[in-house]
Amino acid sequence: MIGYIVRRVLYAIPILIGVNLLTFALFFVVNTPDDMARMQLGAKRVTPEAIERWKAERGYDKPLLWNDSADGIERLTDTIFYDKSVRLFVFDFGNADDGRDIAHEISTRMGPSLALAVPVFIIGILVNISFALMMAFFRATYLDFWGVVSCVAMMSISGLFYIIGGQYLISKVWHLVPISGFAGGTDALKFVILPVVIGVIGGIGAGARWYRTIFLEEIGKDYVRTARAKGLRESAVLFGHVLKNGMIPILTGAVVVIPTLFLGSLLMESFFGIPGLGSYTIDAIQAQDFAIVRAMVFLGAVLYILGLLLTDISYTLVDPRVRLT
Amino acid sequence: MTFRLAAVLALVWVLAGCGDALWNDPYPAADRGSNTLFSAFVERPRHLDPALSYASDEWDFITQIYEPPLQYHYLKRPYELIPQSAESLPTVRYFSADGREIAADAPPEQVAQSEFEVRIRPGLRFQPHPAFAQDASGKPLYLALSEADIRSRYRLSDFPQTGTREVTAEDFIYQIKRLANPRGTSPVFGHLSEYVIGLKELAAALRKDNDKLLAEHRARYGSGDKGLPWIDLRQYELSGVKLVDRYTYRIRIKGKYPQFVYWLAMPFFSPIPYEADQFYAQRGMNDGRNLTLDWYPVGTGPYMLTENNPNARMVLTRNPNFRGEAYPAEGEPGDEQAGLLRDAGKPMPFIDRVVFSREKESIPYWNKFLQGYYDRSAIASDNFDQAVQLSVEGQATLTPEMERKGITLRTSVGTSTFYLAFNFLDPVVGGLTDRAKKVRQAISIAVDYEEFISIFANGRGIPAMGPIPPGLFGYRDGEAGINPVVYEWIDGKPRRKSIDHARKLLAQAGYDNGRDSKSGQPLVLSLDTVTRGPGDASRLEWYRRQFAKLNIQLEIRATDWNRFQEKVRTGNTQIFFLGWNADYPDPENFMFLLNGPQSRAKTGGENTANYQNPEYDRLFERMKNLDNGPERQQLIDQMLKIAREDAPWAWGFHPLNYGLSHQWISNTKPNQIARNGLKYQRIDPELRERKRNEWNQPVVGPLVLIALILMALCVPAYLSYRRRERMAGRERA
Repeated sequence: MIGYIVRRVLYAIPILIGVNLLTFALFFVVNTPDDMARMQLGAKRVTPEAIERWKAERGYDKPLLWNDSADGIERLTDTIFYDKSVRLFVFDFGNADDGRDIAHEISTRMGPSLALAVPVFIIGILVNISFALMMAFFRATYLDFWGVVSCVAMMSISGLFYIIGGQYLISKVWHLVPISGFAGGTDALKFVILPVVIGVIGGIGAGARWYRTIFLEEIGKDYVRTARAKGLRESAVLFGHVLKNGMIPILTGAVVVIPTLFLGSLLMESFFGIPGLGSYTIDAIQAQDFAIVRAMVFLGAVLYILGLLLTDISYTLVDPRVRLT
Repeated sequence: MTFRLAAVLALVWVLAGCGDALWNDPYPAADRGSNTLFSAFVERPRHLDPALSYASDEWDFITQIYEPPLQYHYLKRPYELIPQSAESLPTVRYFSADGREIAADAPPEQVAQSEFEVRIRPGLRFQPHPAFAQDASGKPLYLALSEADIRSRYRLSDFPQTGTREVTAEDFIYQIKRLANPRGTSPVFGHLSEYVIGLKELAAALRKDNDKLLAEHRARYGSGDKGLPWIDLRQYELSGVKLVDRYTYRIRIKGKYPQFVYWLAMPFFSPIPYEADQFYAQRGMNDGRNLTLDWYPVGTGPYMLTENNPNARMVLTRNPNFRGEAYPAEGEPGDEQAGLLRDAGKPMPFIDRVVFSREKESIPYWNKFLQGYYDRSAIASDNFDQAVQLSVEGQATLTPEMERKGITLRTSVGTSTFYLAFNFLDPVVGGLTDRAKKVRQAISIAVDYEEFISIFANGRGIPAMGPIPPGLFGYRDGEAGINPVVYEWIDGKPRRKSIDHARKLLAQAGYDNGRDSKSGQPLVLSLDTVTRGPGDASRLEWYRRQFAKLNIQLEIRATDWNRFQEKVRTGNTQIFFLGWNADYPDPENFMFLLNGPQSRAKTGGENTANYQNPEYDRLFERMKNLDNGPERQQLIDQMLKIAREDAPWAWGFHPLNYGLSHQWISNTKPNQIARNGLKYQRIDPELRERKRNEWNQPVVGPLVLIALILMALCVPAYLSYRRRERMAGRERA
C-alpha cells in the first residue's frame, strides 16, 4: 500500500501544477494586475504611478508566464506565475493583496469552518442513513412513498430558502438561538445549532434518496435472500447485511468530502456570520485578490486529492476484496 | 421514542443552560448591561494604517483611533472645520516666486507657495502600546527583540508591558513622510505630491535606499521573506515640512490650494510615533502573525482597537490616555429642541466600548437590529417598506411597527452625486457642437430621475440640478437653483420639461422622431454599465424605456467593473452611469469633476465625461482658490450655467441617507463628511436591557409541538415495524 500512496502523491504534483496553471489563466483572463491594483487602491485619485508602485511592491510588474527580457531559465522563473506558484508547493501562501498573511487567516478561519461542517457532515450522514434505511425497510408502503415524495420536495427547495426560513422561524419568531454570529469555545454551540439543523435538513432530500437507492439495490441481491431464507429477522438483515454492504458506495461519497470540510460552506457562513474559509474565499473573489484565490484553490485541490486517496484506502478497510498495489 | 424525547429535552436544557440570558442573545453574558455600543460592519476593512486607508468603511474605525489636526464640528451645518489634535486652526501664509511673503488676498497666480503652520495641543499622549514600554532604566523593552523573542507571540496582548509618551510635532511630520514610503502605496501620494513640496523627492530617495535594502535582504533571506529592515524616516529630509518647535510644524505647498486645509482633517495627517514603525518592522512580526500597524493601530483618539478580528468582530475600547474633549455647546437651529445639546460641555467619550460585529447579509443584520442587538442600522431596500412609509407629499415617516419600538429615523442628504455621463470624445453625443448639445439636453429631459428615485431608490434621493449637492456652499435652493434646461418652475416647484420639448430639441439636432434627418437611420446610442446580476435587468429596461420616449434605441453594453473602468479610462464609452462621494465639503470637490484638464481619458483625472469647455475651465481656476463668499458664489453660478447648457451629464440625483437608531441611543446626528461621531454618542444600557428582555422571550411551544408531531408520526411506523418483525423470513416484493 505504501508504494501505491507514494505513487498517488507523485501523480498529485502534475495535477496541482495543472490546477495552478488553470487558476492562473482563468484569473488573469478577467483581471489584469492593473485591475487588482485599482481594486486595492480604491477608485479615487489613483495615479498610474501609484498603480505601478503597487504592482512592483507585490511582484505583479513582471510578465505573466514568459519573460522575454530575461536570460536562460529566468525567462521562466522571473515571471508572476513562477513567483506566485512555486512557494505554494511548500505551503507558503504568502500575503494577500492587502498585505495580510494568508496562512494566518487560514489557520484562524479553519476552526469556525470545521465547527459548522463537521457536525453537519456527521449528523447529516447519520440522519440520511437512518431515513434511507427506514424507507428501505418500509419499501413499497405509504411510508416509503411519502418518504420519497418528501425527499424530492426537499431536494427541489433552494438552500437559501432553508436558511432564510430557518432564521425567520427559529431565531426571529421563536427567539430560540441567535440569528447570526460566532464565538469561540463552548459558546460556539448556540451559534452553530441553527446552521447545523438547517444544513442537515437541507441535505436530507438528496442524501436519503441516494442512500435508499443503494440499500434497495443491496436488498435485491442473492445474499439477502439467503439471509432471509435462514430465517433472520428483517432488522437483522437490514442492519447486519444490507447496511454493511451498502457502506462501500456511501464511503466513496463521504470520505472524499472529509478533507474538503476544511474549506467551509460559502452560503451558510455568509448568512450566519461564521468567519470561516468559505466566506474568506467569497470575499477574495469579490475583492479580486488573486493571492487568496490561488491559495484557496490550491488548498482545495490538495484536499480533494487527499480525499480521493483516503477513499481508496477506505475501500480496503470495508471490502477485503480490494487490494491497493 | 424515549430517545427523541430525551434529545428534545437535551436541546431545551442546552439552550436553557445560558442561565437567565436570552437564548438568542449573540453577545457574552458579561456584555449585558454594560456601557457598550453594538454595531455592525459589512465589508472587512482592508487597511487600518492611516497612510493607506482611503475608504469610508475603514474610516469608521480609524477616525475613532487617530486624531488628525482638524475635525468637523459635530452639529453645525454647513460643515465647519475645528481643531482636533491641533490647538487652533492652522495659520496660512503666502509667498511669491521670489520668496516674499504676500497678502492673503493676492491674486492666486502670484502665489508660488503657501505655508500652513499647525500648532498641536501640548500634553497629547498616545494610547498604551508595547512600542513605548520601557524597563526601569528607561530602555525600550520591545524595540530590539530577536526572532526567538517574537516566535511565541501572536497578538499584541502577548507583549504584557505597555507605555506611552507625549505626542510632538515630529510625530505628525513622521506620518507625512510615511505617505512617500515605498513600503506601502498610499493612495493619496500621487495627489499630495503635486502639492507638498519635497514629497516626490523624498519618495525617490526612499525608493533608492529601499531597493538597496531589499536586494541585500533578498540575497540573505530569499525573496519570500517578509522581515524587511526598518527604514527610519526621521533620517530623511522632507523639504516642504519643517519642525518649528516641539509642538509646531509647517507644511509648504505649491501655489494656492485653500482646500489643503480639509486634508488636515483626514487620517493621512494623524501623528504616528516612529517607535510603532520600528516595533512592527522587527523581523518575525509579520511572519504569520499580522503584527503590523495596518492591523494594530496606535493613536491618540478617544478609542483604541483592542480586538481585531475583521472576520467576526472588532472592538474599540476607551483610550485611558485620551486628552478629554468637551461635547459641543452650540449647533444649528433645532439641535437644542432635538436634545442634541443636553450634554454640552461634558467630557467625551460617553461610551466605554464599541463592538462591531461582521454582518455580511442584510436579513440577519436587520432582524438583529429589530431584536435590539444592534443599536443602529441603515435601511436596505428589502426592509424599506417595513421601516418607512412615504406620505403623499413624499415625507418619510416610520411605520407603526417601528414607532411602537421607539425607533427614531434620521435622514440627511448625502454629499454625493450620481450622474449619467456623456462622453465628450464620442462623435455623436460628445463635443460642443449645437447638434450634440441638443441631443444631450433632450436625453437629460427624457431620463426621468424622479421616477428612477421612486422605483429604484425607494424615494431616497433628490434630483440633481448640477454637480453640487445640497448643504455645500454653491448649492442654491428654490427657483434660483433649478436647471432651466431640464426644469421649469411651476406652482413653486420644479417640474421636468415635457417630452414634447425634448423631442423638439432632438429634431433641432437633426434627429426628428429619433431618426437622422440626412440618412434616415435610427439613432442608436449605447449605455455602458456594470451588471451584478439578474436584479439589474429592470433598471436597464427602465433606461431603455426612457430613451424610447425619444425613439432612440438604447443598446446596453453590460460588463464587469474592471472592463467598465477600463472603457471609461480609455474614453471608449458613449453614455454611462457613475457617482462621486465628496472628500471634503467644498464645491471645488464637485466642480473639478467637469474640469477639462482633469479629463479621465487624456490625463487620468476625475473628469470621466472628458468634458472640456475653455470658459468653464477658466472660471474653475478662479473659483477654486477663492474663499466662500459672494464672488465665489457668482463664479459657481456662471459655471453651472455653462455646464447645464452643455449638459455633459444628465444630472442624476443626490442620495438621501436614512438611518435608524433605538430609543436608548442619543446624540446621533448624521454627518456625511466626518466619521468620528462615536465619541459624541451616548447610550442607556438599562433601557436597552429592559427592551431586549421584552422583545426576545423564547417561544418554546412550537418546538414542543413539532417534537410531539414527530413522535406521533413514529407510532404507526413503529407498529408496522413490530408487525414486520413478526413476519420474519417472508419474502417481500
